[in-house]
Amino acid sequence: MPIRFRTGLAAAALAAGLAVMAAPGGGAWAQVKIAFIDPLSGAMAPIGEHGVKHFQYMVDKINAAGGVNGQKMELLTYDNKLSPQETVIAAQKAIDAGARILTLGNGSGAAAAMIDFVNKHNDRNPGKEVIYLNYAAVDPAFTNEKCSYWHFRWDAHSDIKMQALTSYIKTKPNIKKIYLINQDYSFGHAVRKSANEMLKAKRPDIQIVGDELHPLAKITDFAPYVAKIKASGADTVITGNWGSDIALLLKAAADAGLQVDWFTYYGGGAGGPTAIKQTGLKDRVYQITEGHANINTPENIAWEDDFRKKSGGQGWWYPRVRNQMQMLARAMNEAKSNDPKVFVEKLRGMRFKTIYNADAYMRAEDHQFFQDMYISVLTPVSGDLKFDEEGTGWGWKTTAVVPMAETDVATTCKMAKPS
Amino acid sequence: MVIFSTLNGVLYGMLLFLLASGLTLIFSMMGVLNFAHASFYMLGAYFGFQISQWLDFWLALIVAPVLVGLIGAGVERWGLRTVHRWGHVAELLFTFGLAFVIEELVQMIWGKLPVDYRVPPALDFPAFTLFETTYPAFRMFMLLISVAIFLVLLLILTRSRVGLIIQASLSHPHMVAALGHDVPKVFMAVFGVGSALAGIAGVIAGPALVTQPSMAHVLGPILFVVVVFGGLGSLSGAFIASLLIGLIQTFAIAINYSLGDVLMALGVTRPIQGLLNDLWQVTVAQVGPVIPYLMLVLILIFRPTGLMGTRET
Repeated sequence: MPIRFRTGLAAAALAAGLAVMAAPGGGAWAQVKIAFIDPLSGAMAPIGEHGVKHFQYMVDKINAAGGVNGQKMELLTYDNKLSPQETVIAAQKAIDAGARILTLGNGSGAAAAMIDFVNKHNDRNPGKEVIYLNYAAVDPAFTNEKCSYWHFRWDAHSDIKMQALTSYIKTKPNIKKIYLINQDYSFGHAVRKSANEMLKAKRPDIQIVGDELHPLAKITDFAPYVAKIKASGADTVITGNWGSDIALLLKAAADAGLQVDWFTYYGGGAGGPTAIKQTGLKDRVYQITEGHANINTPENIAWEDDFRKKSGGQGWWYPRVRNQMQMLARAMNEAKSNDPKVFVEKLRGMRFKTIYNADAYMRAEDHQFFQDMYISVLTPVSGDLKFDEEGTGWGWKTTAVVPMAETDVATTCKMAKPS
Repeated sequence: MVIFSTLNGVLYGMLLFLLASGLTLIFSMMGVLNFAHASFYMLGAYFGFQISQWLDFWLALIVAPVLVGLIGAGVERWGLRTVHRWGHVAELLFTFGLAFVIEELVQMIWGKLPVDYRVPPALDFPAFTLFETTYPAFRMFMLLISVAIFLVLLLILTRSRVGLIIQASLSHPHMVAALGHDVPKVFMAVFGVGSALAGIAGVIAGPALVTQPSMAHVLGPILFVVVVFGGLGSLSGAFIASLLIGLIQTFAIAINYSLGDVLMALGVTRPIQGLLNDLWQVTVAQVGPVIPYLMLVLILIFRPTGLMGTRET
């Protein structure tokens, strides 16, 4: 019963907020509206809030460069509370407010609801098609069996990341006992499944001593889980945890003095680096990403410098948001149209040069972006390493680059092109 | 691992008890299930955070619970007492609404993000090391505080005159009033002290768990389980129930067996295919969070008075 009351209240609050937000948007100078939908309250809110800063920064940059086809971009933000139902409500509100470009990253549950919603909406509203740009939900299904013509993904999906990680683990003979701990929903399941399969294929000698699933964004105290990891005798932990689930897990490990190697998808998220330093896990926490602050190209350093000045010191977490927004603006300008139905074709198969001066492309078959992947480790910054994280004095250092060609996993997608 | 799980379980249980003790007294005295009780716990955490930001943690440990207690007493005096004449349903709805009001207020003042409520530096070190695993001093401190409060509460309720009156008003409020005691004042005091206890729990749990607007919501339902399971108005029942639930939740995480494994051990081959396939593979660790509610359902069926209670819920 409390749940039902809460939703009602929240919807009312959202509607009120929307009325305020929508007011200055319409009228004399039409704008291209981009709706950002992500958790902006609750445990995962710090992740969503920092995402907003990324997108606002990109929108400002694109507008400063003249906008898209002479129009300015405008960012609308909606809180989905990490819930699929709220996501659909927020998406409908965004469309009602005039947005035809939707973006959402966190939570594959929410992303699945979004894909479904967008497919149905576009079927029912020809001429008013909307597009979903996915900057972080990495359940492989979205570019395989659930692939959609209206969905594009800029982050490498879970299997690609695991492929890269296990290739690295293959070169590390001192890893003998691995513990898997993941969130209990589609993404966490995808991580544990691919980890089990790929490790068996590449390093059959490795023993998987634990395979844990825990509720998403519900746990405030990971001490019992850390005790279990400790008891298992693991020397390495692999986790896809993100947001508060990785920060609190590392914090509990810090409290218990757990000394293992960590292979993470999102160790760099809010609170992660602080906990890593507190534990003294120098050179022991790895993350697999499409880039990080300390990749030495002049453009990247300038970018990072500028963003940190504007964001109050926090780093540029999502190179993929830069790729996504730059490619979006390019597709719109090349198509000479801000209508998703028209510029979608420009995005499909688009070739792109990243800020690290490397080739990347959006595969037309399944709308999955491919790029070099970086495995980096958190270590005290000095010399070449310019940027630290969260004021800890520790920053990311590249330990391995997995070239794009090696990340090219096949897809089962049979994309239905709308007539 | 058993030792650490026990420590963690007892700690969680003691925290639950700090909250449940006040709730069960209020519940049995006034017949009101105070939905806002966990909100007082959240207020304690936020007050603790704010005061330790401005002044320091040790002051917060004393001032924040007093503030929360005063707010609680005020709520009873000017809120519940007025609503009381419209019956229990009105009271219930009143506390229900209050919980949302407090949550919204907290969000308006401190924002929706978790606040950075840190462990005080004086307690930020490992208390001891056992089998190469350290145990943080702050957790030991939490444990000691809650045990101390439990003992004090027990002594007051069983050995002092005040305790006598409270226990009497639990079962025979009219008789106590006839003997010349101001029962409404007793109610107000109990409500205030109960809220203050929740406040203390908030102050010490804030840094170890996460101080965020949803923290009341997470703990609220578990509290009701503790109170009903332990038996209404029974402090010792609440104590046992809190520890039991704390330990069960912690130990459940440590158990990897699934229903399918149990069947296999019994020599039954389990069905691999079919609708129920997922069910067989779910481990105890995954269903851990549901176990308390299962206990609630079972105890209501088999022993409606709760573990130590004397009257029906």
